[in-house]
Formats: sequence, C-alpha cells, structure tokens
Amino acid sequence: MQAYLGIDVGSVSTNLVLLDEGGEVLTSLYLRTRGNPIRAVQEGLACVEREIPARLSIAGVGTTGSGRQLAAAMVGADAVKNEITAHAVAALSQVPAVQTVLEIGGQDSKIIILRHGVVVDFAMNTVCAAGTGSFLDRQAARLGVPIEEFGGLAVKAANPVRIAGRCAVFAESDMIHKQQLGHPVEDIVAGLCQALVRNYLNNVAKGKEIRSPILFQGGVAANVGMRRAFEEALGRAVTVPAHHAVMGALGAAQLARRAVADGSPSRFQGFDVSRWRFQVASRSCSGCANQCEVVEIRAGDRVLARWGDRCGRWSLTGEAAGR
Amino acid sequence: MKVTFPHMGHIYIPLRAFFTALGVEVVVPPPVSRETLSLGTRYAPEFACLPLKVNVGNFLEAARKGADTVVMAGGVGPCRFGYYAQVEQEILRDLGVNLRMVVLEPPQGHWRELWQGLRDITGGAGLREIWRAGRLAWRKLTVLDELEHEVHRARAQEGERGATTRAWQRILDQVDEAGSVPEVEEAARRGKVLLKALPRREGEAPLRIGIVGEIYTVLEPAVNLELERVLGEMGAIVERSIYLSDWVKTNLVLHSLHLRDDREEYRLAAPYLGHFVGGHGLESISWTVRYARAGFDGVIQLAPLTCMPEIVAESILPKVSRDVGIPVLTFMLDEHASEVGVRTRLEAFCDLLCARRRQKEGGTAFAGVSRH
Ligand code: SF4
Repeated sequence: MQAYLGIDVGSVSTNLVLLDEGGEVLTSLYLRTRGNPIRAVQEGLACVEREIPARLSIAGVGTTGSGRQLAAAMVGADAVKNEITAHAVAALSQVPAVQTVLEIGGQDSKIIILRHGVVVDFAMNTVCAAGTGSFLDRQAARLGVPIEEFGGLAVKAANPVRIAGRCAVFAESDMIHKQQLGHPVEDIVAGLCQALVRNYLNNVAKGKEIRSPILFQGGVAANVGMRRAFEEALGRAVTVPAHHAVMGALGAAQLARRAVADGSPSRFQGFDVSRWRFQVASRSCSGCANQCEVVEIRAGDRVLARWGDRCGRWSLTGEAAGR
Repeated sequence: MKVTFPHMGHIYIPLRAFFTALGVEVVVPPPVSRETLSLGTRYAPEFACLPLKVNVGNFLEAARKGADTVVMAGGVGPCRFGYYAQVEQEILRDLGVNLRMVVLEPPQGHWRELWQGLRDITGGAGLREIWRAGRLAWRKLTVLDELEHEVHRARAQEGERGATTRAWQRILDQVDEAGSVPEVEEAARRGKVLLKALPRREGEAPLRIGIVGEIYTVLEPAVNLELERVLGEMGAIVERSIYLSDWVKTNLVLHSLHLRDDREEYRLAAPYLGHFVGGHGLESISWTVRYARAGFDGVIQLAPLTCMPEIVAESILPKVSRDVGIPVLTFMLDEHASEVGVRTRLEAFCDLLCARRRQKEGGTAFAGVSRH
C-alpha cells in the first residue's frame, strides 16, 4: 500500500499527516516546534514510523509552513509549497464548494477567498499578535482556564464583556481591568473570543467578500467559542473540518501526491532521517558587497541545502528540494 | 570635498558619473545591508517612514568611508518626503557627524537655486561642464533602465538559477566604469549580447506582473526584499510603473518647463480618484488599470508602512481590481518585514495567478498549483 506524507513546519507547531491512495487521512500528528524545527520533524517522523503498518511505502512527501525549505532538505521532499496554497488545497479536498477559508494558527492568521475551486484572493497577518492562537493560549493561562475548556466556557456566557481587541497589549490590559471589575469568567472568555474575531475581521479579512461555504481551520478552530463568535459576527454558518488543526500538512500531502502522479519516484530519504544528525550553520558570504547570510544544512559531511544568497552562487535548494 | 548620496536602486551609477565628471570626489555608500538598516532605525524616529531610515544609514556608513558632504533631493507635495532632507540634517547634526548637507530642490521654475547648489558642490563649474556631465549621467541612466527590462524578461526564463542576476551585476559594473558616452554605448551593446547568450528554459509563457507604488520601495531592492529577483526566479516577468529615467524626465525636465503631460494618468484614475494625492498614489491606480488592459496577470503594490498616498490607493484598489479584473497584492514595508513572510505571499500570489490563467484557458486548475 502506498501513502503520502505531508509536513507543516510552523514556528509554533509542526504537523504531519499521512494520506492513503484515496486521499483519506491515515495518521495525523500535532507537535510543538519549541524553537527546534529539526527536532520536531525528526520526532514526528519517528512517531509516524512507529504507527504505520510494515507494508506501507511512502510514495511522496510534501512540506509547507515557514520551515518548509528546511524540512524539505531534511526529508527529501517532492513538493514544497507555501502555506496559503497548501491550506487552500486541503480545504478544497474537504469541501469542494468552499468559498472562504478562515485560518487562525499559533503565530499568524490568514483568509483565503476561493471561487469555483480556485484561489482568487488571500491575506495574511504576521504582525498583530492579538489575532492568533498564542494570544488565546496566554490569556487562558492568565484566567486559569485550561485551553481545552476555554471554548465551552465561552458558549455558556450570558453577557459577553466587550474587550478592546485592537492589539494584544490593549486586549490584555482591558481584560485585566474587566476581571478586576468582577465580571464572571465565562463572560470575559466570550468577550475575548469576540475581540479576537473582530480583530481578525478588521485586520486580516478587511475588504474581502466572505461567501459561504465558510471553513474555519487552524489550531484555534477547535475552540467552539471562537466558532460561535465567527458565526455571530458573520451571521452565517461556519464549518470546522475534521482535521482542522493539521490542514497545512494535509494539503502538503495532497500536493505531494500530485507531484508524483506522473509516476516519478519519490525523493523521500526514508524514516532513517529521524536518526540522522543534522547541522545548520549560517555565515556571511564575503564574495561581494552584499554580504548575504548564507544558511547551510548538512547531514554528516553531506550538504543537503543552502539558501539565503542573492546571486545563486551558493544555493542548492532548487535542486535538492525539487521546488 | 567628498560627496555622497542615498542609495535608490542603481541611481549611484549616474550620480557617480555626474560628480566625477565635474571633478568632485565621490564616496558611494556601501550597498544597503542589515547593518545600514540597523544604523538607520537606531537614529531615525521610529515613526518615520522606511526610506528616511535607510537614507540615514547610508549617510552614516558613507561618513565612515570618509564622505563629508551629502547631496540630497528635496521634494514638494503632500508627502513627508519634502521634509526628509531637513530631518536628516537635524539627525546628523545631533549625532555630531561631520557631514554637510546640500539639498537640491526640484526646479519647478527655480532654476537659480538648483544652479547655485550645483555650483556650490562643484566649486563653480560652468554651464557647459555641467551639461556634459549631465549628458553622460543621463545616458547611463537610460541605458540601465533599457537593459533592466531585458533582465526581467531573461530572469523569468533563465535556464540556470542566478545566471541573470550575475550577468546583471556585470553589466552594472561595466556601465559604472564607462567614462564617456561612447563607452556607455559599448557597455550597453555588450550587456545585450551577454543577456541574449544566457541559456533559456522552455515551458509555458511566464506570468506577467506589474509593480506599482511608492518610488523608493519600488526602486530599492534592499527594502522590497528583492521582490523583482524573487518573482523572476519564480518564473514571472515583472514590469514597473516607475523607472528612474521616466521619473527624471517628467519631474525634473518636463515639469519644470511646465510641459508635463499627465492627462492619461488622470483619465485612467478618474473613475476612482479624481485628484492628486501626493507621491504616486494616483499612478498606482492608473497603472493598475493600464496593466489590466495590457493583459497582465497581476499587480503588486509596494509602499513604506504609513505612506499616505499609497494608503489612499490601497483602499481604492480592491474596487479597481474587481472592475478591471486583475488581482492586486499589497505590501506595506518597514524594517520588520520578514523575507519569509513576503516570500510566502509572493509564492501564493503566483499560484493564484497561474490557476486563474489556466481556468481562463479552459484547463483544469488544481487550486492554484503552479510550476514554481
Ligand atoms: S552570496 Fe553572492 S550576492 Fe551574496 S554576498 Fe556572496 S557573492 Fe555576494
């Protein structure tokens, strides 16, 4: 039996998905990156290896996320794609008629507009922390509410408190203020969800035409309070797909399947990769006045990839990673 | 006297030629690097726009290399650029850096001041000398702009990644070294040969993307994170709404002779924006219309964060985009812009444009998966 592996390396989480030939999810994994993407990818591979049946072979691998180049060099990827396209591909595979994808991940959030199965517009927020999963995590911790219960609590609120959601600093201090006024915690939690949604709609989705079907993906989509807040703000139903937390990896796996559809052999280096020793080094090139910061990844004495140069003198990523 | 000036794309080449021809010693600042930016952000006000910060970085780095005089353009119109030179002067003074600032205001009828400024720097050069130096500089500028069109074309189809960029660097150096107009022509001829000889990749027709926006972020690759090179290497031909030579022609020459003809700009922008908003805000609108009509696949708008004219344009562009049917992607850049984030969006934009094109051609589009 053949399977396709998708790896999504973000700054907060690293996700892996294994798809079977029919496009069904066999395994999915959600790991914390913890500032060490190499370790996260290796751990993920080791987990997948343990779980899969022996007769399963990996026919294709795809990577996405901000660490896609690094991951691609490590494992030998057949497809390397940006996370916007990967998320769109995954959304279409779950709901072919999807017209809007709302995505809130740990570190950034995005909106993707599709019409007739094609991405026609998108926006991505990478600066404002008030619209991300990490912010929600931190506030949950501050309120002493486990993040898993956060959403359930929000749904119980009778009178959501209005919280200023313009930016993380404002939201945080306003929330503390409301807490001190003695509002019940569920009202604060619900208010926080609404503030996050307002922030998202004003900063990320601004000016975009949101049409149904609407998919809500990313780690934050598990939060029923957030889904409810979106539905109230938009006045329309919002669907959370089953694999909402690993959609990037799912898309990457599908892209890998496409990449080898012509029968070409996979570049996958095998699960041994989880036991290799990788070194990443960067140095500044003195070849010309640009002084590029060139990053190099090695396994033993083999150079797997280099990137960061403007002139192409050093980079091997194109060949090594099969863009 | 050792003269320096801010970087903006390859403007250093004609400027060096101009002053050198007038017998003035020139110190070109080191290329804009992370160091330049960190110097600039340390000493410029936080809410100043990015170009000002980079300018300050350039000046400080040039001072380290021995420059003692800065030549800076002034500006007019409802945009902060008009104050740059003054603010920069204050910053340098506060830092106790020994740099004299000579501000050349765009003439707009005040030829006397420009003339005075130039005489000041050159120690009293005559009209004929200035004319000759200007002619050499102008030829370098136009030659480079012409060749850059070719570079954009070649890069989108290069057979070996980076080959075009390396050839372009050689061309820049050769034009820089040329000491007379015939030498410039010779360098241009060799440059064309060099670009023609580059190995090409076959395949579908490259995407065509138009770049609009604020002049500095459009022209300086170090602040737009090498957008044109990155797009080229993804297989897209870029064309800019602004080339320096055009800008000099309209703003310095035609405008000052009151011959500037911007009826076309106004006409195309008129359904959306009826008046001048400073900078290139109006042009961003009219060029988007123009690119759509010329069959381009997409448009990218570039501006420094908080740039007023471009914010006006940004808020109007979604409507323009819908009306004329061309996708537009905006980047507001500051010193925090990350290469990874910009790259991700550029890749996704190319995917989107490819899928759109394929769908138009009646093919099957798989959620915008391109060959990039
Ligand atoms: S990598 Fe290339 S462009 Fe960068 S500093 Fe070295 S020679 Fe120059």
